[in-house]
Amino acid sequence: MSRFLRRYGTLLGFVLILVFFSLRLPGTFLTAQNWLNITQQLSMLLVVAAGMTVVMVMGDFDLSVGSMASLSGVVVAVLFAAGWPIWAAILAALLVGLAGGVINGAMVSLIGILPFVATLATLTIFSGAAFVVSGGKTISGRSIPEAFGAFARQGVDLGFVTLPNLSLVALAVLVFTWVLLEQTTFGRRLYAIGGNVEASYLSGVPVKSLKLAAFALTGLSAAGAGLLYASRVASANPTQGSGLMLNAIAAVFLGMTMSEQGEPRLLATVVGVLILGVLDNGLTQLSVDSYVRQILVGTIIVIAVSASSLSKTARR
Amino acid sequence: MSTPLLALANVTKAYAGVPALRGVDLSIGAGEIHALMGENGAGKSTLIKILAGVVRPDSAEIRIDGRLVTIDSPAESRRQGLRFIHQELGVVPTLSVAENILLGRPYPRRAGVLVDWAVLNRQARAALETLGIAHIDPREKMARLSLGDRMLVKISSAFLAESGRPARLYVLDEPTAALTRDESGRLFTVLRGIRASGNSVLYVSHRIDEVMVLCDRATVLRDGKPIDSGQLSGITHDDLVALMIGRKVGEAYPAPRAAPSNEIAYQRPGLVLHRGEIVGIAGLSGMGQTELLRTIFGDPRKAWAAGIAYVPKERRSEGLVTTRPIYQNITLPHLRTQSGVGTWLRPQRERAFAQSLGENVRLRAEGPGQLVQQLSGGNQQKVVFAKALGGQPKLLLLDEPTRGVDVGAKFDIYTLIRDMTAKGMAVLLVSSDLPELIGMADRIAVMRGGAIAATVPAAGLSEEALLNLCYGRAAAAA
Repeated sequence: MSRFLRRYGTLLGFVLILVFFSLRLPGTFLTAQNWLNITQQLSMLLVVAAGMTVVMVMGDFDLSVGSMASLSGVVVAVLFAAGWPIWAAILAALLVGLAGGVINGAMVSLIGILPFVATLATLTIFSGAAFVVSGGKTISGRSIPEAFGAFARQGVDLGFVTLPNLSLVALAVLVFTWVLLEQTTFGRRLYAIGGNVEASYLSGVPVKSLKLAAFALTGLSAAGAGLLYASRVASANPTQGSGLMLNAIAAVFLGMTMSEQGEPRLLATVVGVLILGVLDNGLTQLSVDSYVRQILVGTIIVIAVSASSLSKTARR
Repeated sequence: MSTPLLALANVTKAYAGVPALRGVDLSIGAGEIHALMGENGAGKSTLIKILAGVVRPDSAEIRIDGRLVTIDSPAESRRQGLRFIHQELGVVPTLSVAENILLGRPYPRRAGVLVDWAVLNRQARAALETLGIAHIDPREKMARLSLGDRMLVKISSAFLAESGRPARLYVLDEPTAALTRDESGRLFTVLRGIRASGNSVLYVSHRIDEVMVLCDRATVLRDGKPIDSGQLSGITHDDLVALMIGRKVGEAYPAPRAAPSNEIAYQRPGLVLHRGEIVGIAGLSGMGQTELLRTIFGDPRKAWAAGIAYVPKERRSEGLVTTRPIYQNITLPHLRTQSGVGTWLRPQRERAFAQSLGENVRLRAEGPGQLVQQLSGGNQQKVVFAKALGGQPKLLLLDEPTRGVDVGAKFDIYTLIRDMTAKGMAVLLVSSDLPELIGMADRIAVMRGGAIAATVPAAGLSEEALLNLCYGRAAAAA
C-alpha cells in the first residue's frame, strides 16, 4: 500500500483534482476548448520544465531560466525594433540562450562552482542584462512585427478543433527532450551521472562536457520559452519570464515523486506541469483570489513531496 | 587474578546470517594495556562497535569491574566508563581545536547563555597538556592542522576529565596510523600513565612492533573467534604473525591454466606485466596501492578505449550506479559499441550483451533489467566485473576485488580471473588479503611509502615472509 502510494500518490492526487474541478465546473472545465487553453497557457512552462528536467537528471539545478526567458524576449523585441527580419532576430535570441547556458555549464563543470551558486549569479546577470538591453521599458506596439504576434494566436485547424501553435511548439520540444533523455546515449549518461558521478567518471563518461551540453540545452529552452511568451503577449519586458523558474523546479519535483528511484523523468515532469496548470485554471474559474491560489499550490507541492519522502524514509 | 576490569563472555554477532563474531571471550585486567589483533575481517571492528554501543550483539555477557552490564547505546557505553578513539577522525574542520575537544560536552558558559571562550580554551589546553602537547594552539582552526596533529587533538579529547562515572577503559583503534614516531611516543607515554593509574587500554593495531613494545597481553581474533589470548612477554614477532594468519594457503584458489607468456602487456618504471600474468600488489593500508592503479588507469575514457579496465575499491560509491538496472551498469563504459547509429540506444542489444556477460561471471539475478541495489554484495561485485570484462580488456586493474564478498562468490571471481588470464589478459591485483595474493598472483610487488619496494615470486612465499616484507623487515627464513 505504501509502495503504491509512493509511486502513484501524486498521480492519484492529480485525478482527484480533475474530478473535483469537473464536478464544480460542469460544462466549462472538461471541454476541449478549455484544455487547449490550458496547454497554450502552459506552453512556456512546459518548455522551461523540459530543459530543467535535463539538468535535474544530473542532480543539478538552473535558477537562471526565468531571467534568461526575459532576456531572450527583450533581445528579440529590440532586434525587431532595429529592423531585423523575424528569423534572424529569433535565431539571435536563441543563440543568446545557448551562450548563457554554456556560461552556466562552464562554471559548473569546468570551474566546479555549485550549480545553485553559479546559476544564482547568472540569474542576476541575465536579469540585469534584460534591463540594460530594453532600457527598462516594455517593448511593444509597432516595433513587434504583426506575424510574430499572430503566430501565438493562430493554430493548425483540424476542422473540428484548432490546435494552438504554442501548444504544438511545446509538444515538439517535449518529444525532442523525451527522445534525448530516454532513447540516446546522451540521456543514459546523464542519468548515470545523476545516479553516481564518480562511478560514471570511472566508467569513461565524459562528465564535464556532458554537463556543459546539458546546461546549454537548458539555456536554449529558456530562451525558446521567452520567445513563446513574447509572441503570446506581442511585447517584451525585462521581468516577464521571472515566474517560470520556481514553477519549473516545482513541476520537476512533483514529477520526481512519481518515479520509484526519485529520478526526474520527462513524462512525470509533464504531469507536474499539468497539475500546476490545472490548479491555476480551475481555481481561476472558481474565482479564487490569486494570492490564495499561491498558498494552495504551495501547500499541495509540500504535501506531495513530503508524502513521497515520508514513505521513503519509512523503508529504512 | 583479581576481578578483571572488563570481561566479555560468549559474544556473538551475525550480519544477515553471516557470522562476524562466534563466541568471543576476552578479559582485560585493571592497569593493563591489552592488544586486540587479527586480519581484516577477523571481527575486531565488530567487537569494538559492540563495546561502543553502536552495534547490538546477538548474545553477550559483559562485565565491568565484575558488574554485569548491558551496553545498548553510545551514551550507556560512556556511562560505563568506556572511551573510544576511532580510526576515522570525527572532527569538525571548520571549528577551533578547543571547540573540537569539547564537542559533545556542555561548553563553559557566562551569564547562562554566552560561551566563555577563555575557560573553553583553558580546558582544551589542559586536555592537550595531558598528552604533553604544547605546540597546538587551542584557538587554531582544526582545518589548519596536520593529520597527525588532528589525531592528537582527537585523542586528547578522550582524556578530558568529566563529571559522572570516570573513564575506566580507553579503546584505541589504529591510533598511530597517521602519527609520526615522536607523536606515537607521546601517546604511548600517556597510555602508560593510564596503566599506572589502574585504568586500562584496549589497543587495536596492525603494527606488531608497536604492540610488542607497548602492550602487556594480546588477544588474536581469526574468523570471529579468539585464537589465543595471553602474555606478550616471551612471544616473538613471528609467533604473533603466525597466530594472526593461521590458515593454510592455496586451497581456496583455483589453479592456473597456463603459464604467463613472455610478451609484455604493460610496463612502467618498476613494474612489468606479461600477457596472462597476475601481479599482486601487497602493502600495509594506505601505502599508495590505489593511487598506483589510478595512475595506470589515467583518463578513464582513454583507458577503456585502450583496453584497460578497472574494478575500483569501493563498489557502491565508485563502481556502480545502484539506482539503475544491471544492464545499464554493464554497458556504461561500452555504450559506443553497444549503441546503434549515432547515439541511438539499442536496449535489446544491451540486454543481450549484459545477459551473456552476466552468465560469464555467474551473476545470480532476476534478469538484466533488475536494479543493482537489489543485489547482494557478491552479485553487485560480479556486475562490476561484467562491466570491466565487457570490452575484452588487455589489462585488468583490480582493487580489493573480493572485499565484502561471500566465500562462494569469491571462488567464482577467482575462477573468472583465471579464465581471463588463460586468454592472455594481464591482471594487476591489489589486495590486503595476503592468502589471496599468494594464492592468485604469479609475482607480488610490495609497496611501502607510495612506491614499489620489492617484487618477489609468489610461489613458495609464506604469509609471514610477505607480511614481513610489508613491514619492511628482512624476510624471515620461511
